[in-house]
Parts: sequence; structure tokens; C-alpha cells
Amino acid sequence: MRAIRHIAVNVFRESVRDKVLYNLVFFAVLLISASYLLGQLTAGQDVKIIKDLGLAATSIFGLFIAVFIGIGLVSKEVERRSVYGVLAKPVRRHEFVLGKYLGLVLTLAVNIAVMAVALYLVLGYMAWMTPANVQAAWDAPALDPALLKAVFLIFVELCLITAVALFFSTFSSSILSAVLTFGMFVAGHFDADLKNFDQVVASPAAGALARGMYYVLPNLASFDVKADVVHGQPVPWALMGLATGYGLVYIAMLVLAAMFIFSRRDFK
Amino acid sequence: MQSAIRTEELTKDYAVGFWRKRPHRALDRLSIDVAPGEVFGFLGPNGAGKTTTLKLLMQLIFPTSGRAEILGQPVGAVAVRRRLGYLPENPYFYDYLTAEELLGYFASLFGYVGPERRRRVSMLLDRVGIGAERRMQLRKFSKGMLQRVGIAQALINDPEVVFLDEPMSGLDPVGRREVRALMLELRDRGTTLFFSSHILADAEALCSRVAILAGGRLTAIGQLSELLAFEIRGWELVVADLRPELIDRLGDVVRHHAEIAPGRYALELTLAEPPERLLAEVLGAGARLVALNPLRDTLEDVFMKHVAEASSHRMTTE
Repeated sequence: MRAIRHIAVNVFRESVRDKVLYNLVFFAVLLISASYLLGQLTAGQDVKIIKDLGLAATSIFGLFIAVFIGIGLVSKEVERRSVYGVLAKPVRRHEFVLGKYLGLVLTLAVNIAVMAVALYLVLGYMAWMTPANVQAAWDAPALDPALLKAVFLIFVELCLITAVALFFSTFSSSILSAVLTFGMFVAGHFDADLKNFDQVVASPAAGALARGMYYVLPNLASFDVKADVVHGQPVPWALMGLATGYGLVYIAMLVLAAMFIFSRRDFK
Repeated sequence: MQSAIRTEELTKDYAVGFWRKRPHRALDRLSIDVAPGEVFGFLGPNGAGKTTTLKLLMQLIFPTSGRAEILGQPVGAVAVRRRLGYLPENPYFYDYLTAEELLGYFASLFGYVGPERRRRVSMLLDRVGIGAERRMQLRKFSKGMLQRVGIAQALINDPEVVFLDEPMSGLDPVGRREVRALMLELRDRGTTLFFSSHILADAEALCSRVAILAGGRLTAIGQLSELLAFEIRGWELVVADLRPELIDRLGDVVRHHAEIAPGRYALELTLAEPPERLLAEVLGAGARLVALNPLRDTLEDVFMKHVAEASSHRMTTE
């Protein structure tokens, strides 16, 4: 346990010093702030646009952080051979993988928190500037706590993407891991379409393949409640629990597979 | 007595080739036994299998066959890793950490905390000559400075057995002398040192025993004095007041001769005849003995011979 904690803290410390991270967070905060200006252009829709853009920025920039720092967790360590020094210490290989993963989850949590605070600040300013009668026409209040539900599910989704990046990076190069992880992210968002693919294609083989992929690929659409939250639609706790549970099971499988592969591989 | 390091028929094959993979033997049935407190030099040209052996001992790679033990336990056991240190070849650490933070991190993996951890880190960085630079991020470090940090991290847990892969690589002459002194200090404290090198002067200055590896095979192993003693290739006789015509009379037994001062000659004698007889003849002719020394191969000669033998053996078997 001690080793896992120290490795995780080290990942966090290293990544907060990485300029890539600062740039990503800076641009995310900039985009969230800019959404205020965009909102001014569309009368009546402004608060929705800010929420929409803010949540999308949190998700996209979080994805960049998860992929670019996530693949560096293992494959870059192996390519640069910094892993040799650590694995000669009293650290089991699976502890190394788990420590690395938890360190990045911690980094993600802090970054998403920063982005969420930035979003709430912009929304707070918006509410302060808007007369009460205009606010009454909004679908949901500016400082709607339900936004946190969307932010939380973005976090779970990014933890899953990080686990995908970690999994690929235990056996492939960093560039290949990045490509595969992005591919998985895109495919994961269209996963639901694969389920009924057999109804739109003539070939039964293609239909069966698509059905198989539907079960294997993560269904990332289930973490996306952004539109519901922005339009003031309720997001039931049951749905939150189900999505989180699904995410955790998927993450556990990926991390276990990553540990298994990493424990058996040679560092040439 | 229990060995510090023991390998038995340790073998490693790598699959090479992109399409049709075929095995390439990087290490072939290596069996060595290193006693506690020994300074063991692992010598060989590039690609001989030195780093492969060290990686097998650190369980960074898994053997194809054979086994290896450190301090009586199988390699890879966490309990063993607590008691050993390892300097990888051309070490590379984390760009964004300072030397102090890196050593602190590694110390914490061994369970050092608080002031004890700070004391150890500071003491080791002093020991390897890293001064104010210890608060600089490692990406700004030169190769030689990284090597020093690498040596410091290998000693963070006060290890009983230390593995050093090319410890002198990247160091300037001052750095090499300091590292040599550090290794001798560790030896005097009873630490077992196992180091790979292709720099033979280091091995001659430090090792009690050496192994020579070529083409993945062990070609020679033994104490330095034994390895070199086997290889007497003649005698050097230095005499004064020698008449030059006597040299011609001695015949083929004199391989070379050189006049080093008027009437003073250095004669290189072959092993064809015992030196005592020739000495008696030269002295009988009125010359004076200045010195008689056996001519031994240097470690470099021994090394080159074994490497050449191994490569010709490989060519005939392939």
C-alpha cells in the first residue's frame, strides 16, 4: 500500500510540473470564460450556451489530459527506461501500475475541480448581471447544483479513458497508445449505434461483428448527461449510480488486465 | 557459505525479425557464483550479454531457462530488493523532479520517512558530489551528473549487494576517480559489488574476480591474478655490460632485444628454454644482471584473446 501511495503522489507531483498540463487547463478556463461572450450574442439562450460550452470544454480538455498524460504513465517510462530504477526497488509490478493509475486519477480530479470552479464563477457573474424576471424564464438556475452531476460523470468517463490509455500503454508505444485511446473514445461514443447495426446492413457477419464490438467497447454515451442538465431535465440518482457502477467495473477490468500484462512483460 | 549472487544455466532468447520471428540467444547458460563481499567485474564487448544478465538479475526481463538467486532467494522477491541497489546503464529518471525529490521518492519506497529520509538523501548527494544542483530539475542535468544521481539512488537503502551497469560511463576523469574511491569504500564495508564494464582499467583497479563474456557465453572466469598468471608469454631480462655478439649466439630464444643505454640491453626471451640457463650463460660471459621479470598478458590481451576465440567459435558453429 505504501508503495502505491508514494508512486501515485509522485505521478501527481510530476504532472503538475508538466507545462502541457498548465496549457490544457489554461485553455479550458479561457474557453469557459469566452463562453460568456458567446452567450451575449444569443438573447435568451446565454446561460445554456455557457453551460453547454463549459461542460464540453471540461470534457474535451480532460480527455487531452487523460490521454497525453495517461499514455506517458507507462509507455514513456518504458521507452525512456526510467522504469528500471523504480522496479529494482521493493515495488511489485502491479503496485507500480496501480500507483500510476491512481496518481493520474488524482491529477484529473484536481483539474476537473479547477474547471468546474471556473464554470461556476462565470455562471455566478452571469446570474449577478441578469435581472430576476429574466432569470425566472431560464430552464434551470445559473448555479444549478445538477451541473455537478454532469461534471462527476465526465470525471468517471475520463477515469475510464485513463484506464484505456493505461491498458494500451502497458504493451504498445506511446504514439500507438494515444491513437488507440482516441479511437476507443470516438468508438465508445457511438457504441449504442453498433447494437442495432445488423438492422441496417445486409451482411449477417458485419452485424454480428458490430454486436460483438458493442459488448466489448465501453458505452461512453451513458456518462453523457450534459444536455439533460443544461435543459434543466432531471438526472435520476439511479442513473448516476448505474453509470458510475458500470464505469467502475469497466475500469477495474482494464486496470487488472494492465497489471497482468505489465507483470509478465520483458523490458528489452 | 551462502552466495551473494548465483546463476545456474541462465539463458535468455529474444525473438528477432518482424515477420518471421526467430530466436536470438542473448545469454547462453551462464553459471556464476559470487561470494559475499566480493568485487566482481563482468567484462565483455558491446552486445556480449552484460546488460541482459543484469536485467535478468533485476527481473526486468524473465529468463528463457535457468535460474538466478540473490542472497539465497530467487530474483524478483521483494524481500531481496530491499537489500540490493541497482544502477541501470545510462540511467534516466523523471525530468520534472529535482535530484533531491527523486532520491526522497526512492527513499520513501524503502520506508524511510521524515528527518531520516532527508538525512540519507543529503548525505548521499554530498557523497557523489552533487552540490547546489540538487534543487534543479533533472532535465537540466548533464550525463555525468545524472550518472552521479544514479549511483546515489543505488545506495539509498544501504544495500548489501550493489549492481552497477557501466558505472563509469559519462564521467570525466575526476568523476571516475571519485566513483572508484566510492566503490573501494563500499568494498571495505563488506558490500558485494557486481559491475559490468568494457573499461578494463576499472576492473584491474577494483575487482577481486572477473568474468569475461563474449557473444552471450562465459569465456573465462577467475581471480584477476589467476587469469593473468596463466598467460605468461616469456621473460624480460635486463643486463648491463653485455657484449652484442653474445645476443646472436643465444639464437632464437631471444625474441627481441633493445639497447636501452650503452652496454645495457633489454632481452625478451621466449618460453622455449628456462631463463636460469640463459641467465647463467650471460653472466658467465661477464654481464651483470639488472632485472628478470616474467612477461604477462595484460587484462586487455586476455580479454581480446577470449573475445576473438568466442567469435571464431560462433562462426564455425553457425
